[in-house]
Amino acid sequence: MKLHEYQSKQFFARYGIPIPRGRVAATASEAKHIAEELAGRVVIKAQVLVGGRGKAGGILLAKSPEEAEELATQILAMKIKGLPVRKVLVDEAANIETEIYLGITNDRTARKPVMMASSAGGVDIEEVARESPEKIARMHIDPLLGLRDYQARDIATSIDLPRDHWKVFGQIAKGLWKAYQGSDATLAEINPLVITADNKLLAVDGKMVLDDNALFRHPDLEEMRDLDIEAPSEIEARKYGLSFIKLDGDIGCMVNGAGLAMTTMDIIKLFGGEPANFLDIGGGASSEKVAAALRIILNDPNVKALLFNIFGGITRGDEVARGILAALEVIQTDVPMIIRLVGTNAEEGMQILADAEMITAETLADAAKKSVAAAGA
Amino acid sequence: MSILIDKNTRLLVQGITGNEGLFHTKNMIAFGTNLVAGVTPGKGGEWVLEGKVPVFDSVKIAVNATGANTSVIFVPARFAADAIFEAADADIHLIVCITEGIPVQDMMRVRNYLDQKNIRLVGPNCPGLLTPVESKVGIIPGDITIPGTIGVVSRSGTLTYEVLYALMLNGMGVSTCVGIGGDPINGTSFIDCLRMFEEDPNTEKVVLIGEIGGTDEENAAAFIDRYMHKPVIGFIAGQTAPPGKRMGHAGAIVEGGSGLAVDKIQALENAGVKIASHPEEIPELLG
Repeated sequence: MKLHEYQSKQFFARYGIPIPRGRVAATASEAKHIAEELAGRVVIKAQVLVGGRGKAGGILLAKSPEEAEELATQILAMKIKGLPVRKVLVDEAANIETEIYLGITNDRTARKPVMMASSAGGVDIEEVARESPEKIARMHIDPLLGLRDYQARDIATSIDLPRDHWKVFGQIAKGLWKAYQGSDATLAEINPLVITADNKLLAVDGKMVLDDNALFRHPDLEEMRDLDIEAPSEIEARKYGLSFIKLDGDIGCMVNGAGLAMTTMDIIKLFGGEPANFLDIGGGASSEKVAAALRIILNDPNVKALLFNIFGGITRGDEVARGILAALEVIQTDVPMIIRLVGTNAEEGMQILADAEMITAETLADAAKKSVAAAGA
Repeated sequence: MSILIDKNTRLLVQGITGNEGLFHTKNMIAFGTNLVAGVTPGKGGEWVLEGKVPVFDSVKIAVNATGANTSVIFVPARFAADAIFEAADADIHLIVCITEGIPVQDMMRVRNYLDQKNIRLVGPNCPGLLTPVESKVGIIPGDITIPGTIGVVSRSGTLTYEVLYALMLNGMGVSTCVGIGGDPINGTSFIDCLRMFEEDPNTEKVVLIGEIGGTDEENAAAFIDRYMHKPVIGFIAGQTAPPGKRMGHAGAIVEGGSGLAVDKIQALENAGVKIASHPEEIPELLG
């Protein structure tokens, strides 16, 4: 789950990281009001969960409260990469001398958090990583010990930070570590961390991505979830405990298990079709779950065929077959269904489905071919 | 012969009185696993399955009473990291964690702790292990394998069953099947299993089932190229997965251009691994 810039920065501030004065506004008149309070030049920043806000014209400088109102009106009417701008952050404009990057993320290969810093801040760090990786300093953090003071100093040294900033930089680095750990983040990033004209460090932009599996520990943060970035069908699926991702093809898939669900998509493509979704129905395939999954898949008007691929291990094939038929009594559809059941009680299950005049398939390859044919017909 | 588990495995189940724990305890016993104890804090002194398995309050007490040497964990995600620490501190040397959805920072702490103690964890978010006839630790269905000489290692659950089943239909047996799990931070890597299969005299060939996300397959390819003599057949799931989306498994995600199926396939092919275009092709490639 991603946090907005204003949410991330407010969270950072709790850990002693200096951020610009400012507040978030949902209307232009609010933005004007905040600009009046701040007195002086302000930045109006679109709060949307995509990169490239600046390039899209979503970050603008205002010299007066009136101009702030005007620009906020403009930005609040925008869509950036398809996402509506519902809020703007109005921040005091900083006089920027130097831009630094500072972030912490999970290094899955090292199985440790890694702090990254660069004197080439303010730009897309992935681009820096690709084009001049030597400009990024990396420091692994022992998850049992946390960030040590000397590590923060080492990072400061490796990005040639002037010595008079080391102390505050150390506090910011430790604050960022605490914010990362305190929120179960998978990414906590300040970009840029700037040195201002009056020689102060300031976190001008911030970004956090949280671990969905750890949100049970952070109900206050979970409430900040912005549903705009998810397809409505994905939100609906989450309610039923289904793992669903919408794709652009025309063959719907309902599978148990994530690896097998990916494989089912891949084999559809291998035989010339295009999958319409990823769907892992999880363990067990009760008629309620099957019905919910069917509704979500068939809601997509592109879907011309639907492939069920269920490996009955613990789940028994005959139960799955009855679940499918029960769900189809509730949901009427003309979309052809191709069903493959394997494993425990699969034969009984397939017989039940064959009696109900469903298209059945023995092998995965056969199921994929029949689905591609049905979608093309 | 086999790797990691065999007839000398004395298994303990953490979370034995929960629905899942109890259900799979029954299945593991039916398979023939030597299942000696269960642990549920607060239920010590009880017995489950008509007096077959004693329940203890802690792993330490259970180990002292029964000599358990392996633990399988079914406790909910929010308590799972603690369950792993408890097993490690009771000197269990093989811990298998089935639980899905453990916070990744918990897993980083767990893994760094276990590495200091030289304890092996398999999983989490995995189906466990199975050595035909001898022992099953976890949830892999017991009736889809026959004993043989093919080692199987996989990041997936039902996809693994699919492969085991295809092998069985073709009369091909398995030495041991290990599900290493679908999380970004896990206890046992492909390389760990490949090394054990290479050293196991009864394993002749290995099937490696990977998926998008991370670089474990690329690392495995480098290992195979340098150290393995036994043939390896591979399959990689997720070629059609869109970037930036988590495909069910927490670890199955293409991020910043890394973790792509095509790169993994290329790396493995360069190391001499034959790659199946779909799971049913695997028996053919094993020849």
